[in-house]
Amino acid sequence: MSASKLVSLRDAIARVVPDGASVCMGTALEAAIPFAAGHEIIRQGKRDLTLIGPISDMLFDQLIGAGAAGRVIAAWVGNVSAGLGHNYRRATEQGEPHPLAVADHSNLTLSLALLAGSLGVPYIPTRSLLGSDIAATNHDFRAARDPWSGAPLLLVPALRPDVTIVHVQRADALGHCHAWGPLGVTREAALAAQRVLVVAEEIWPTGRILADPNLVLLPAFKVAAVVHEPWGAFPSPLQGYYGRDHASFAQYHAESGTFEGFRAWLDRWVLGPGDWPGFLGLLGPERLAGLRPRRRLPSEPLDYGV
Amino acid sequence: MTLGPTARELMVAAAAREIRDGERVFVGMRLPILAFALAQRTHAPAALGLFENGLVRAAPADLDGTLYTMSDPPNVAGALWSTTTANIMGLLEQGGVDLGFIGGAEVDRYGNLNTSYVGDPRQPRVKLPGSGGGADIACLSRRVVIIMPQARHRFVEQVGYRTSPGHGDGPGWRERVGLPGGGPATLITTLGVFRFDEQSKEAVLASYHPGQSVDTLRAATGWSVRVAPDVRETPVPTDAELALVRACDPQGVWTR
Repeated sequence: MSASKLVSLRDAIARVVPDGASVCMGTALEAAIPFAAGHEIIRQGKRDLTLIGPISDMLFDQLIGAGAAGRVIAAWVGNVSAGLGHNYRRATEQGEPHPLAVADHSNLTLSLALLAGSLGVPYIPTRSLLGSDIAATNHDFRAARDPWSGAPLLLVPALRPDVTIVHVQRADALGHCHAWGPLGVTREAALAAQRVLVVAEEIWPTGRILADPNLVLLPAFKVAAVVHEPWGAFPSPLQGYYGRDHASFAQYHAESGTFEGFRAWLDRWVLGPGDWPGFLGLLGPERLAGLRPRRRLPSEPLDYGV
Repeated sequence: MTLGPTARELMVAAAAREIRDGERVFVGMRLPILAFALAQRTHAPAALGLFENGLVRAAPADLDGTLYTMSDPPNVAGALWSTTTANIMGLLEQGGVDLGFIGGAEVDRYGNLNTSYVGDPRQPRVKLPGSGGGADIACLSRRVVIIMPQARHRFVEQVGYRTSPGHGDGPGWRERVGLPGGGPATLITTLGVFRFDEQSKEAVLASYHPGQSVDTLRAATGWSVRVAPDVRETPVPTDAELALVRACDPQGVWTR
């Protein structure tokens, strides 16, 4: 029997996210964003990370403002509720808190880059972004011709993140996990990564997870660590567990308008509490309870009978 | 007595009319999702909505509040399919999506959109959030409808950065660069509706919203506007249509 990979979030981030690492997060687009892990990355003062993700909602903006990122590979960075991300703008326009290199993608090309990484092939061709300036200003892409038809193609090179961090509904201590709802690029990003950090809402016994192997996201041997962190995707939604806390996105946008405002936000909500349970304590139980589903919609159990 | 439509409600109604029954539509958020819901409940009950996070829906989400993102749990419950971005975008690249909605910070007369950089990309004056799935939809869907607020500084002669290609520099451009989709068909703004001419590929003013005119549209456009010979006022949504839109955006988050 394999050994348990269950560790604290603090130990997991200290071990699997070294300075300078490429880290893929926010893989299910607006849902299941690993905010708890992102805040711990900030508290540990990580530096020079390459952030990879399709849209990331406001998580990347927070990491950029905290000075954790040196490079971003993404299709969109901002705040889905409000549009622009103030820290992303300050870093790219004024170099505050320090300059940020940006490799622009679209959602499809980022998905294909991670898919190529997961398949172990060097690139995947597409017709998307032909004629787009993204293909001209992101020098990672290559223009090519279809060897059969001669038609123009864009080659999207594979991405192999050092670590992909996913937030899932449930996992066992060995790293088998169940994720549901729209997956975005989650499976490709996890399979493409050198190692995966699984943050789970609930820890279940292995037998109960493996009772539905079709729902298991990836083989546990890809998983470096498992963390039990309830509400770890807050304020993004997690299907079956909680809805999106829109007020958090609006408040962050309002308070991060200046760099000083962002520093105050960071002190209050990230550095001050010290850990994720401390942060949840600041929010209070009533605010969290209001996000719980009002109606259960369970699926039918499957029969894997032999 | 129903209050008259806001500019954004007019946009939703105009966008809904672009959706034909049975079409597969790349929906996006905000005004297009309201347009999809309106079309579904009126003339296009068999339209299907596709979402880049990995969803296919028939009926619009069952809501008792506002849908802020396509990944909000009510948009997932009752879906026809919940899958991956690659699978949904794969359908788009196959040519399996009839219509896609997109918007941007800047647009030009050929329907090219900028959602990336104002100024030099290496030293931008404004860094905009980026493409998301917008550039993919612009490149690959059979038909594109652009929906965005109109102002002279945003409706420019030529976009500074072409995030989402429209008709490039005119007729034949999409074919030359190898884009498979049909490109922009319609541009719906807070002031009126433009249609892209089949031959010249240029945005031609088709209608102005109530309270606007050809002259006010011209004043709010940074290129010399061509006007359709049969230009007219944009049809106003019926009371029943307005009630449906307001039911989907009860607090007026997107339409007020």
